[in-house]
Amino acid sequence: MNAANPIHAASRGGRPLLNAVNVSYAVKGAQLLKGVSLAIQPGENLGIVGPNGSGKSTLLKLLAGLKTPTQGDVLLRGKSLSTLRRRDIAQCLAVVEQHAQTSDHLTLQRAVELGRTPWLSALAPWTDVDRHIVDQAMADVNLQHLKHRAWHSLSGGERQRAHIARALAQRPQILLLDEPTNHLDIQQQLSILGRVHQLPVTTVIALHDLNQALDCDRLAVLDGGRLVALGSPFEVLTPERLHTTFGVTGHWLTDPVDGAKLLRLRTVSDCAP
Amino acid sequence: MNRMSVCRWLGHGLWVSAVLALAIMAGVAIGETSISLPVIAQVLANKLWAAGYRVDLIDEGIVWNYRLTRAIVAAACGAGLAISGVVLQSLLRNPLADPYLLGISAGASTGAVLVAVIGLGAGAVSLSTGAFVGAIAAFALVALLARASRGETAAGQIILAGIAGSQLFNALTSFLITRSANAEQARGIMFWLLGNLSGVRWSSVSLAVPVVLFGLAVCLWHRRSLDAFTFGADSAASLGIPVRRVQATLIATTALITAVMVSIVGSIGFVGLVVPHAVRMIAGVRHARLLPLSALSGALFMIAADALSRTVIEGQVLPIGVITALVGAPVFALILIRGSRLR
Repeated sequence: MNAANPIHAASRGGRPLLNAVNVSYAVKGAQLLKGVSLAIQPGENLGIVGPNGSGKSTLLKLLAGLKTPTQGDVLLRGKSLSTLRRRDIAQCLAVVEQHAQTSDHLTLQRAVELGRTPWLSALAPWTDVDRHIVDQAMADVNLQHLKHRAWHSLSGGERQRAHIARALAQRPQILLLDEPTNHLDIQQQLSILGRVHQLPVTTVIALHDLNQALDCDRLAVLDGGRLVALGSPFEVLTPERLHTTFGVTGHWLTDPVDGAKLLRLRTVSDCAP
Repeated sequence: MNRMSVCRWLGHGLWVSAVLALAIMAGVAIGETSISLPVIAQVLANKLWAAGYRVDLIDEGIVWNYRLTRAIVAAACGAGLAISGVVLQSLLRNPLADPYLLGISAGASTGAVLVAVIGLGAGAVSLSTGAFVGAIAAFALVALLARASRGETAAGQIILAGIAGSQLFNALTSFLITRSANAEQARGIMFWLLGNLSGVRWSSVSLAVPVVLFGLAVCLWHRRSLDAFTFGADSAASLGIPVRRVQATLIATTALITAVMVSIVGSIGFVGLVVPHAVRMIAGVRHARLLPLSALSGALFMIAADALSRTVIEGQVLPIGVITALVGAPVFALILIRGSRLR
């Protein structure tokens, strides 16, 4: 898909693709984010982790331009999101929300076709190029066999994959996902994360399960609205960090099957002698 | 836009116009004294290009000044209310949204009564303008109330707020009428408020038809934006839709359509609710099809409702709002029941 998207190829370089500069966000006096700075490099796969209420979803909404920071700025390829048109943002950046539901009766394919919206206008008709991109997006998440199925007959995992396909049909350079595996069974969780990691786009993904977050290139750890750590998963998830931020004790184990490292987590009280 | 899609749009426009013309003719033919189609055709020919057929003058008067204007305004009104329903349901993500239930019609009535009875604007402000201001004010109030009370059931909130708004504006209207109108004025206004097409003349046609065509054009221009609201406003924003601007434009458009219809025929309920749901079942949720087909179906529904209202009780004309409510209220109940099962 990289080759088919010249903008994406051209953007590979040293400059961050998406850059949050000292952003804060407050609503009704509650400070949800405090001075977070985060530069997302082209091609990387960044995970955002943190306990409930630490500001993961808020940070993603600011990065997507769906909310405006009360302080600081978010730059997309060097330009402030607040100065860009929504349409231009959507041609570059796609979002998979946590709870996007509909009571409309539409097919899966029709939902994926919505991803072409930023590339169409009132006068520009639907073309074969759009159809091809939509087919490709459905193939990317292995949903082509379900394309004529009604939305409300799909399982949670299939809907989530359809949302990802819809986002891919935008042909974005960067994809933001807010806990895409929430409420799914384990098989679907692993299949969705596997597909997300294989996607040839820059991804920013908020995750709950720390072991699932280990596959990311870098992790940003949020705690109480602050960015408290940023780096590779093995650098970031130290026993001290697990204790202070997540309130758990953790040990690294090695999987005897493939030698992969994984975290064994327990509540602090379990370990107390 | 390439030539093929222009041809396709023109083709659709042609058959829609033909169906509409036939329905209007039927609406003209039906009545206490039924008039045959050849006579109607002769009257139209006389009036449109002075064909010079010899037609009974009374028949000519009934067809040209009474029934034709009535049928055309009924069609425009049905189309306008149906479009408003489609747009409000899509933008607010609420299957029960409709100008009547959201209090927009009630606000428009209050605005129109303020101009008609109190003489607000001292003759410089038309009835429709007053209705438009009232409609916008009512929607703003309802939206604020819904936002202030937003809890777990955000979808139901705006309907509850709409009911509160309707009650408030209806009370205001009654207050204004009782305070300032004389008995004869009051009776006229009360009859008009229930939905009444009998005062309709050519001047109403030349207001209603352009407004509906304009409204339909604005909504069709935004058809892809409306589609993008399928998964909610945030999803629309992430698909590149300037959400605030689109919402403001389209809600102002529906308020304009509703206001003009209310100022001509009074507030007619349930058309904006029932027609879009019926059309969605057949034509799907894509607005490029849903909008024009809802406009057509709304027009046909209102022509039929008007014909019924004139013929169901001999020697009497029922307010058309009674007919639409008799059909609409059960459908409203059906949507409620089906909605709860889906959740």
